[in-house]
Amino acid sequence: MDELILESGRTEMNYWSDLWRFRELFLILAWRDVAVRYKQTVIGVAWTVIRPLLTTVIFTVVFSKIAKMPAPEAVPYALLVMAANLPWQFVATAMSESSNSLITNSNLISKIYFPRLIVPASSVITSFVDFLITMGLMGTLMLWYQFMPDWRMLLLPVFMLLAFAGAFGIGLWLCALNVKYRDFRYIVPFCVQFGFFLSPVGYSTTRIPEIWQWHGFQIPARQLYSLNPVVGVIDGFRWCLLRGEANLWWPSLVTSTLLTTVLCLSGIWYFRRMEKTFADVI
Amino acid sequence: MNDTIISVETLGKKYNIQYLGEKQRYVALRDVLAEKTKRLFSRGQRAAANRHTTELPSTDSSADSCEDFWALKDVSFEVKRGEVVGIIGRNGAGKSTLLKILSRITEPTAGRVRLKGRVASLLEVGTGFHPELTGRENIFLNGSILGMSRSEIIKKFDEIVAFAEVEKFLDMPVKRYSSGMYVRLAFAVAAHLEPEILIVDEVLAVGDLQFQKKCLGKMQDVAAKEGRTVLFVSHNMSAITRLCSQGILVSSGHMIMKSDVNSVVSCYLNSMNEAGNKPRSVKERRDLLLQKKVFIGEVRIHDQEMNATEQLDVRHSFYIIFDYEIPRELQNIEMAVRIETADGRAVVTTLLSDSSPEALRETKLGAYEAAIEFPGMFFMPGEYLVNVAAHEPMGEIFDVRQTVARFTIQDTGSSFVRYQNYEAIGVVMLNLDWQQRHLAST
Repeated sequence: MDELILESGRTEMNYWSDLWRFRELFLILAWRDVAVRYKQTVIGVAWTVIRPLLTTVIFTVVFSKIAKMPAPEAVPYALLVMAANLPWQFVATAMSESSNSLITNSNLISKIYFPRLIVPASSVITSFVDFLITMGLMGTLMLWYQFMPDWRMLLLPVFMLLAFAGAFGIGLWLCALNVKYRDFRYIVPFCVQFGFFLSPVGYSTTRIPEIWQWHGFQIPARQLYSLNPVVGVIDGFRWCLLRGEANLWWPSLVTSTLLTTVLCLSGIWYFRRMEKTFADVI
Repeated sequence: MNDTIISVETLGKKYNIQYLGEKQRYVALRDVLAEKTKRLFSRGQRAAANRHTTELPSTDSSADSCEDFWALKDVSFEVKRGEVVGIIGRNGAGKSTLLKILSRITEPTAGRVRLKGRVASLLEVGTGFHPELTGRENIFLNGSILGMSRSEIIKKFDEIVAFAEVEKFLDMPVKRYSSGMYVRLAFAVAAHLEPEILIVDEVLAVGDLQFQKKCLGKMQDVAAKEGRTVLFVSHNMSAITRLCSQGILVSSGHMIMKSDVNSVVSCYLNSMNEAGNKPRSVKERRDLLLQKKVFIGEVRIHDQEMNATEQLDVRHSFYIIFDYEIPRELQNIEMAVRIETADGRAVVTTLLSDSSPEALRETKLGAYEAAIEFPGMFFMPGEYLVNVAAHEPMGEIFDVRQTVARFTIQDTGSSFVRYQNYEAIGVVMLNLDWQQRHLAST
């Protein structure tokens, strides 16, 4: 008979095996979020299609036609935008959904034991379903432009993983802080908006100069820009989907990957540290 | 073989009440930042004095606004396999904290618990039920939340549905369920859990009487036939005595006794009487009769069948009965009974003159007994306090008895059971006629 000991400071040593034991709950929570999302709104699925489609149209018009941003010749501008919109929407929704996830599931947290990590994780999965729908849209758009991706597309899962890790890491930080400081949720939409302008969604990363001359100072602008972990993901997506038309810039990719890893690990660390008190303060 | 399945050793749980004022339920980052900044500027003057309170989020009254509160302290007991233990105590005694620690929702601050076997806790009926999902979907959702595996749920699905009697509505969103159906479905899922240790908190107070009996029966089966250990918290003493063999009495964070259930229950009832309705002693009475113009004696609460009790069924009417004496001839006496919620908000005041206006004009002398009937389906489920006073209308107060009795309204099937958050609904319920016309169908 296995014995379970509960005492102070004994963060269960079998946390990770518990996480595995509760995998069914994880799946069912993810499924619940998806089911409810598409049940509640009449235009449920339509909305996930309309939103990225409209943003793509608007961006193409604003950045290509009005701002006259240059683009690689062989790629339609709409595809350039869409390929970036895909990971951006995913990261943005995953971030905001998971940051609220603990609060919206507070009734579960105060009544039932399970590894709390499941909650933000399952809300990231929910955003992944949206992502898949948008992916279908991307496919349609490629057919429309008669644009065939090449072997590079096979590397897409790698960048998807990077997007996952980034969104999850930020989400963990935000949701743990959100439980502690309830006004944190007002900061999240602002972060998303801020991140949007700092991410190369409507334009190509090549527009950022490597060195920026400013009053005689030499600022490594591109390197600084890559501190936004989404930059590496977006570049990767464009590279994979658009036949390598958008070149990968290695320093940026390495920075993004490193930063994402740090975010994800520190997110897990902070979440685990705060987790014990969730049921008491929520 | 060692039969101990739960062993609790000097268990303690400390909460840090940080400015738990009414208005600030949550810590806001804004406030923390503001306080930190404030302190930064005032640090120069009060550096030395304030050093030990650096971590506290408030400045001036920091010593008062942040204090330790032991919700549980030095609790030790053992539970043997197959025992059904009732945990009783007043609100805020620490019962729920104990259950929360045992079900791993929160960590203890001190001491330790050893659990041998799988624990399932049922602290609420229908945890995680989602109103938009159908009955079928909610069975799976709630089942896995309570710790059942998918295959287990599939195996028991038909049994659960049959127990809940909702076959016809399985594919309907539960938001369209009647409250009875909702509770039945929720309990049916929980009743089919198969853990070694089952922890149940006050969930039998819901549902109609017939279903309650069915649930009690099911729980008795669980304990007796399948040799499972059950910890059961309830304010319903009859359910406790019927279900449990052992009892644990908790009071203000301490365990008072663990013994067989009958002696624990009677000890609890005695302690309730002492605290709430302490009768005035003979000497006290004699002294007061000399000073006072009116003397209010014992206050009792009787249910519909005129049995003295403090646990009342929401559906039935009940009586508040009290004696009073008027030692000297006196006119213009108004008797008043005020019912307050447990946190002291007045719900309703009833006056003697409302039902018999002539009583005011009579000159009275001697001993009286007054009985007031309160209707059923009026007070929301919860705890209430009774105050009784005698006074001259708009004038002198002759005698006041504050919090002289208390009663608990048990929810046995009001339409609000499913919402669970009674405070947000109201203090009283009224069954009103709705006049509704269908104007047009667009």
